[in-house]
Amino acid sequence: MVEQEGFRRYVAHIVLWIGIAIVAFPVYVAIVASTQDNALIANGQMSLLPGGHFFEVYYQTIFVGTSGSTREPVGNMMLNSLVMALLIAVGKIAISIISAYAIVYFRFPFRMPIFWIIFITLMLPVEVRIYPTYKIVADLHMLDSYAGLALPLIASATATLLFRQFFMTVPDELLEASRIDGAGPLRFFWDTLLPLSRTNMAALFVILFILGWNQYLWPLLITTRDDMQTIQIGIRKMMTTNDALTEWPIVMATAVLAMLPPVFVVVAMQKLFVRGLVETEK
Amino acid sequence: MQKQAIFQSKLLPYALVAPQLAIVLIFFYWPAVQAVIQSFLLQDAFGLSTSFVWFENYVELFGDPAYFETIVRTFVFSFAIAASSLSVALLLAVMADKPLRGGAVYRTLLIWPYAVAPPVVGVLWVFMLHPSLGVLSRYLRAAGIEWNPLLDGDQAATLVILAAAWKQISYNFLFFLAGLASIPKSVLEAAAIDGARPMRRFWTVTFPLLSPTIFFLLVVNIVYAFFDTFGIIDTMTRGGPGTSTVTLVYKVYNDGLIGGNLGGSAAQSVILMVMVIVLTGIQFRFVERKVTY
Repeated sequence: MVEQEGFRRYVAHIVLWIGIAIVAFPVYVAIVASTQDNALIANGQMSLLPGGHFFEVYYQTIFVGTSGSTREPVGNMMLNSLVMALLIAVGKIAISIISAYAIVYFRFPFRMPIFWIIFITLMLPVEVRIYPTYKIVADLHMLDSYAGLALPLIASATATLLFRQFFMTVPDELLEASRIDGAGPLRFFWDTLLPLSRTNMAALFVILFILGWNQYLWPLLITTRDDMQTIQIGIRKMMTTNDALTEWPIVMATAVLAMLPPVFVVVAMQKLFVRGLVETEK
Repeated sequence: MQKQAIFQSKLLPYALVAPQLAIVLIFFYWPAVQAVIQSFLLQDAFGLSTSFVWFENYVELFGDPAYFETIVRTFVFSFAIAASSLSVALLLAVMADKPLRGGAVYRTLLIWPYAVAPPVVGVLWVFMLHPSLGVLSRYLRAAGIEWNPLLDGDQAATLVILAAAWKQISYNFLFFLAGLASIPKSVLEAAAIDGARPMRRFWTVTFPLLSPTIFFLLVVNIVYAFFDTFGIIDTMTRGGPGTSTVTLVYKVYNDGLIGGNLGGSAAQSVILMVMVIVLTGIQFRFVERKVTY
């Protein structure tokens, strides 16, 4: 592999920069649009250079909201998204790790049927059971609540499988040792197994936080009150003003704000993110 | 494989699986069963009476040319999205796999779109290609293309496919990078010594060794195109113009919410469930094989 290495490397750099440009361009346009005057954009005169309305637009977006559609400050929507994402991520990890613990470290009747019941949920994404699930949440009076937003999405076959897989690799000697120290099952779980699972939990948290933050169909169905809506739903409502022209700078500012937390998490936790992604897909 | 060292306890394990089991049964199984039951029922227009009609909803569904069109459209979308994002991602991954200066920077700059939510992707692309105010539409008009995805169904479909493929590039890129990293360098060196030029080395050595990754990604991308494009379609086109961007999942949502046709919508849900089971099954058989290799 020596022929024309220099030239080929040059080509690789160019191809990668073109790829990055394709990937970044839509976001660049959004950032630029969020700093410009609405009238200018509505005329089709938008320039590809940043305008001078940055502070004005973002202040209005975060604290005031649009003057048309929902009039809900985006800051509040972000808070709702954050609560939902955290509930989903922490909830999934919590209930998965304890059920995986039970399945690996105990022998009890119906152990395998229970494992399969959890496993099969892999094949029931929320999209295919939306209306009946909606009805159940409505019957339980959980519409427009954080519980309704998070609970139906909290079960996780993949997280359970992942922890099960990991527990299988934990040497038996650890359990023997803590048993000699007089530890019971809960003590062993808390003092030995949890600390060992820390990196797995962190990697999973990164993936699940993004998954929760980016939920769309479910919050679209079960939130009716504007003060309960998440940022993803807010964007959609802002685009559907029939009485006035869409306020594009605010829509674009909202899109940028909606992207910030998950993109930040991916870039900052790149190692954990890649690890979590490859593991959950296995 | 089973653990040798275990605990003895009668009640504790049930307490530990209880939260997961409760959520699974209430929010997964109960609704799934409801969907199956609902798909055998027919409700009158006012929801006053329901009757058990066996497979009538299914028969009606499959007799409806619109449903058949939706199935075909969904598959066309899926393959277009998978093919375009897989090929771009593979090209980028092959380039990023070379020992380049700044390789880590390239990788970081290419993976973040994974984290962008589908509705946000929809908003970004709809804005760039809006017929009257989009920055890219100007160039299309200048090139003499009558660009108006709000009226032209094919253009709307193209827009949805572009946006959905764009988002998926980073995901595919990551898995291709992992796949390329697992190809032993000695095999490629051997091929080079035999006189194989880089293009030939790629097609005769790298590509075949990468085929498990490609197959895995193909299935994952199809599942993505089936379900996760909902947010993209809903923000970009709402299924329109006409029904030119209505996919199977969008139709379930539309028929149930707007059409109020619960039996028909439930029958569609059940058919989708069967499709997911098949796709997951394929994925698992493949993963099992990969593990034993």
